[in-house]
Amino acid sequence: MMRLSQGGRIDRSKTLHFTFDGKAFTGHPGDTLASALAANGVRLFGRSFKYHRRRGLLGAGIEEPNALVTVIDNGVREPNLPATLVELKDGLIAESQNRWPSLGFDMGAVNQLGAKVFGAGFYYKTFFGPFRSTRVWHFFEHFIRRAAGLGAAGDVPDPARYERINAFCDMLVIGGGGAGLAAALDAAKAGKRVIVCDLAPVFGGRMNWTGETEKRDALLAALDATGNARLLPRTMVWGHYDGNTFAAIENVASHRQSLPGEPRHRHWVIRAGAVVLATGATERPLVFPGNDRPGVMLANSMLRMAAEFGVAPGETFGMFTNNDSAYHAAAALAAFGPRCVLIVDLRRSVSAEMRAIAIRLKAELRTGHAVVGTTGSAGLNGVHVAPVDAECHVTGTEKLFAVHALGMSGGWNPLIGLAAQQGQKPGFDDTLQAFMPPALPAEWRTVGAVAGVGLPAPAPVLMVRPKKPLDKAFIDFQHDVTDTDIDLAHREGFIAVEHLKRYTTLGMATDQGRTSNVAGIARMAELLGKTVGETGTTRFRAPFSGVSLGSIAAERFGHIMPNRLTPMQDWHTANGGDTYAAGLWHRPMAYLKPGETLEQAYVREAKAVRQAAGLVDVSTLGKILVQGPDAAEFLDRVYTNMMSTLPVMKARYGLMLREDGLLFDDGTAWRLAEDEFLVTTTTANAGKVMEHLEFFLDCIWPDLGCVVTSVTDHWGGMALAGPKARDILSTCVTGAAVDNAALPHMGIVHGVIAGVKVMVARLSFSGERAYEIYAPSGHAQRVWDAVMAAGAALGLVPYGLEALGTLRVEKGHVTGAEIDGRTTADDLGLGGMLSKKKPFIGSAMAYREGLVRDGRLQLVGLKSLDGRALNGGAHVVENAAPQEPAESLGHVTAACFSPAVNAYVGLALVRDGRKRIGQNAFLADPLRGIHMPVAIVSPHMIDPDGSRMHG
Amino acid sequence: MRIPCPFCGLRDGVEFSYQGDANRTRPDPVSVDQTVWNDHVFNRVNTRGVHREFWLHNHGCRAHLVVERNTVTHEIVSVALARQFVLERKP
Amino acid sequence: MAEYSAWQLLKHAFTGNTGWKEAWRKPEPKPAYEVVIVGGGGHGLSTAYYLAKEFGIRNVAVVDKGVLGQGNVGRNTQAIRSNYLLPENQHFYELSMDLWEGLSQELNYNVMFSQRGVLNIAHHPAQLDQFARRGNAMRLNGIDAELYTRADVARALPGIDMSPTARFPIHGGFMQKSAGVARHDAVAWGYARAADRLGVDLIENAEVLEFIKDGDRVAGVRTTRGEIRASKVAVAVAGSTSEVMRRAGIDRLPIESHVLQAFVTESLKPVIHTVATYGGGHLYFSQTDKGSILFGGDIDGYNSWAQRGNLPVVEDVMAEMVTLFPGLARVRLLRSWGGIMDMSMDGSPIITAGPLPGMYLNTGWCYGGFKAIPGSGLCFAHTIAKDEPHRLSAPFTLDRFQRAYAIDDKGQGPTPKWH
Repeated sequence: MMRLSQGGRIDRSKTLHFTFDGKAFTGHPGDTLASALAANGVRLFGRSFKYHRRRGLLGAGIEEPNALVTVIDNGVREPNLPATLVELKDGLIAESQNRWPSLGFDMGAVNQLGAKVFGAGFYYKTFFGPFRSTRVWHFFEHFIRRAAGLGAAGDVPDPARYERINAFCDMLVIGGGGAGLAAALDAAKAGKRVIVCDLAPVFGGRMNWTGETEKRDALLAALDATGNARLLPRTMVWGHYDGNTFAAIENVASHRQSLPGEPRHRHWVIRAGAVVLATGATERPLVFPGNDRPGVMLANSMLRMAAEFGVAPGETFGMFTNNDSAYHAAAALAAFGPRCVLIVDLRRSVSAEMRAIAIRLKAELRTGHAVVGTTGSAGLNGVHVAPVDAECHVTGTEKLFAVHALGMSGGWNPLIGLAAQQGQKPGFDDTLQAFMPPALPAEWRTVGAVAGVGLPAPAPVLMVRPKKPLDKAFIDFQHDVTDTDIDLAHREGFIAVEHLKRYTTLGMATDQGRTSNVAGIARMAELLGKTVGETGTTRFRAPFSGVSLGSIAAERFGHIMPNRLTPMQDWHTANGGDTYAAGLWHRPMAYLKPGETLEQAYVREAKAVRQAAGLVDVSTLGKILVQGPDAAEFLDRVYTNMMSTLPVMKARYGLMLREDGLLFDDGTAWRLAEDEFLVTTTTANAGKVMEHLEFFLDCIWPDLGCVVTSVTDHWGGMALAGPKARDILSTCVTGAAVDNAALPHMGIVHGVIAGVKVMVARLSFSGERAYEIYAPSGHAQRVWDAVMAAGAALGLVPYGLEALGTLRVEKGHVTGAEIDGRTTADDLGLGGMLSKKKPFIGSAMAYREGLVRDGRLQLVGLKSLDGRALNGGAHVVENAAPQEPAESLGHVTAACFSPAVNAYVGLALVRDGRKRIGQNAFLADPLRGIHMPVAIVSPHMIDPDGSRMHG
Repeated sequence: MRIPCPFCGLRDGVEFSYQGDANRTRPDPVSVDQTVWNDHVFNRVNTRGVHREFWLHNHGCRAHLVVERNTVTHEIVSVALARQFVLERKP
Repeated sequence: MAEYSAWQLLKHAFTGNTGWKEAWRKPEPKPAYEVVIVGGGGHGLSTAYYLAKEFGIRNVAVVDKGVLGQGNVGRNTQAIRSNYLLPENQHFYELSMDLWEGLSQELNYNVMFSQRGVLNIAHHPAQLDQFARRGNAMRLNGIDAELYTRADVARALPGIDMSPTARFPIHGGFMQKSAGVARHDAVAWGYARAADRLGVDLIENAEVLEFIKDGDRVAGVRTTRGEIRASKVAVAVAGSTSEVMRRAGIDRLPIESHVLQAFVTESLKPVIHTVATYGGGHLYFSQTDKGSILFGGDIDGYNSWAQRGNLPVVEDVMAEMVTLFPGLARVRLLRSWGGIMDMSMDGSPIITAGPLPGMYLNTGWCYGGFKAIPGSGLCFAHTIAKDEPHRLSAPFTLDRFQRAYAIDDKGQGPTPKWH
């Protein structure tokens, strides 16, 4: 190929430098990588997937299956880009793919020697050996994996920013060619808000290469004048989802140097009223031996290269066609200089108009003929032409014609993908020999070529069949699917289109079958004696064409989920808090002093709580306000125990079950007034409990006068625990007495700390005398500081999740590790909390056979007998020595070093555990290679009568 | 998918969470007939076609809705407030 | 001599590949069979194969409304593992693991079972403890499992974001090395061909319109290709269970049909060498031998029979993928699709005789049915042949919900979208 001295939308006054496989080239603004390389005389662009055949450009746009490259941008690799879609920019670095050691000399081409063996699905028939094992396959798989694959991805993190935007419009026009722009103009003139998307950098579609740029500019100016249209160039609509929701990807800056803060791509989510599909059509190849030789291109792509990018295919070219469009392309292309010397047409007769074009071009016209072979080593230099009958069987002798390039046209495929993504079946139009858009909803319209407008009627899709073909005839270029593969699939019964696709990989390449499906299906139809329409096509799926993962991730690339931070988060990190992400929250495990291990820190903290006092952030607990005249009745129905009897300004521990009678969540209910409760939930279940309560109020008992409101984020919470807790509280709280009489266990008071109104409830998770202090979130840090200051002299320490866990393990209080969705209240020793006086959610199913049987896992305590730590996830067994397999009696749910017990202890769920208290057993942790003796003890390891927390 | 919420208007499906089959009615709470409860808690009609189901507008007004939706096409056929629907359904 | 082998490939190559036989016959349905299996997917086909192979029942037909293998067996993410928490599941899935290891030879068809390991990544010490509980349970039941350190995870998955400042920093992992992937279509076609060679009739494009009954007893099916009578009728239709069973008069089952989407990138040189899951969200991924990264996440979360889902899950899954592998952000998604999952009320399957006399039901696979195909087929064939459950599928009854013997690996209760 060569650069023309004029024409196209490239700016010859500026030169851009780029490299391909390390070799330096130049091009111009407006070039694609494909056009710039072609202008430099490059004909070899890539290697095919299976046979590693030499491949040049087939197309000029999104349909390109051959010329795939990897673009490397500051070390970040972007593989499998069609060179026809890569806009040239200065400094672009591109590599060819799937070749070793080089594109010109590729060892993988040796595969061509075994082509007869490597037919469709050959790998299903071998590589496994006669003996029961996966070893033989693993051996071959190792080599197959290395040989397969197109481009290589990298591991350099992409530093680019991606962005998501929501848009709404009255009409979405997909495709900004002539038909799309006209439809957009009509709507915009009528006052509709219109969005028009086009893949290309410039609008106009075919008008850009058919000499209609003035018409294009007039349309665009008129559209602009309405003020109602938003035009998105370089934007591919790739997905159609329910409710006319469309996903589109806009290339904002990958084609040039990006500006600071600019996203590389923008992920558009467009909700449209009306939809105009104006996606156009792509030309199809013809299937004949040697149709993949570099220099054989789609006829209109050849024209596009000249008209848009000023690149001629060579001094002479030929055309091979089954329809009229190649004649028009030849005439237009000849106007740029190259000579059309040959037109081969499968049709026996062509119109006078086409004959006139051939005569005007001085091209030799061979009707009823086919190209039956191609010649040339570096690229095409000649074609063999022979007469064929109506079924494309070669009937006469071949004649060789010298040409530098061959354009082919096998008809056109409307780009119907987006219209069929919802699963509607496209029908086959026998005149156009193409699958057409299916029946569409009323608000959809198809215009232009996608609706078949202006498309030529080709001869039936048939492949050229010489008696002794000189070369392979490719149907799917990228995947090297040939006619013999379709024949084999037919012979072996893979005749349904879905089977054909899967068995041969027809249409599964990166061009998604745009260039291959119709020919492959037509061949199968012929073998079956059916029409193409009866044979059908495979289902169209999103995306319309490849979309990079990072673009769809958009802002969530690197920010996968929101962070939930408590009001005291900054204080925690500033004071040695070792924070971990737990769900959306970040919580301190412990406050590490210099040189301390995590275990040393939490043991110190837990000890301080038992000896003096500790303060822990409990803001993450779910908090739900339950209000209304029926609030108490409602809580009686959702908790297993009675809440209506709770006096005002008292709190009560409560359990909730699922409808199936298993434990759902635990927490406390605080009665703030006759008709108002504050309910707390576990951190993990806060959202689920809220939905559960709302569901029952809305959908089961709408007659109850009660509303629920999540107030989790409104209140910052802290628990002050320990023998000195009351002393500390009393020195910092005003407006409320907190002595044992005024604020007994489970009592609530309103008070003021550091000028902030607070609620204080005397609740204990740690088993110590303890107070939960709730302050409005915005002031919680102030309260925290005041409490810390008040406790400074009394030995108050902040404590983290590990110490919190240690204190609750010592006390035998349960959490989500025990309420794991499989346990009952009785399993955890809480069976007495299931009221017999009233029905509640789960009461009807709580006593079913499987829930009350012997042998259930029950909560027990464990104590290490050899001084070693218990591991979370270890199992309780009876065997004294390590043994696999062995019978598991249950598992450890939580483990820690207990300063109060002065031993490593844990909680466990053990089969018939309560009967085993007092016995010894063993912990098996084969994953970590630990086997150790333990004592099964009561889960209430300290203060079983509760005197510490009640005192 | 987009669901027209009676309070908030036409909103994207991502704002809602599916709350299951709305064809069921909860048994009498004092009943312990396990066959009835089993059917309510574990069994579903699972319609292929227009299915009546609960949705919670959890990133919106937090109302539960009763939605009739075609499970083959995902087309929304009707939307009502669950409270109203349930109150009217009761004898 | 085996029908398929390297030698046969060579031999056929020299005769122009014209001598290959149909992978399975396309027979006309006979008026009656001993067993009719409704559903020509993985479970139906493997059931037919084991009925013929292990139980000597060869007068069997498999009927499908379309062509074979077009349901979930042809649209899954191919993972095969037995790394479950509960012993019932472990034993049951381990039976399949054992069968997988010899399946290519058994079927004389390369199902490409690649034991490259399944790695669950943990992002928190407590999460690692949960994995340890599962892994220890497996080890105590004789199944391989090991814990991975951070360094092990980094070695197993080059390019993964090991940064301590990641939103969910990687803390370790849990590996089952004997687990892996198999080529999904090959499993369907391999079972189909092997069953066919044992005399089973595979009848495509025969949709069951209703079940023929003799009194209470199911005695056959009326299909779009005519009536087919059978002493025993077995149903294995995954996401279509409720609709097919409605045609037998069963209106309500512990099943909801949900859509699960799956995704595949364009083909790449090998970059991911194992199967892995992300513990910071819900994502599983592997790379096929052809080079595509095959991945998926959560079900969409609403009842659907559409075999396609919506954009929010697409966005979630892509975000999770690039969060773990920030070097893959410019790799391109090639295709997405959806399958209809038979979500059960405890996340575990149902393999049972009944619910009507003469009928057998296999359903509830949620989105883990592919890995179970060999064991499910063997156990279901056992149930059909002997009218009593196989020892390993005995817990997976239909009445376990009412009796409170649910097998709830995730502990989520009767809310299918959470399983």
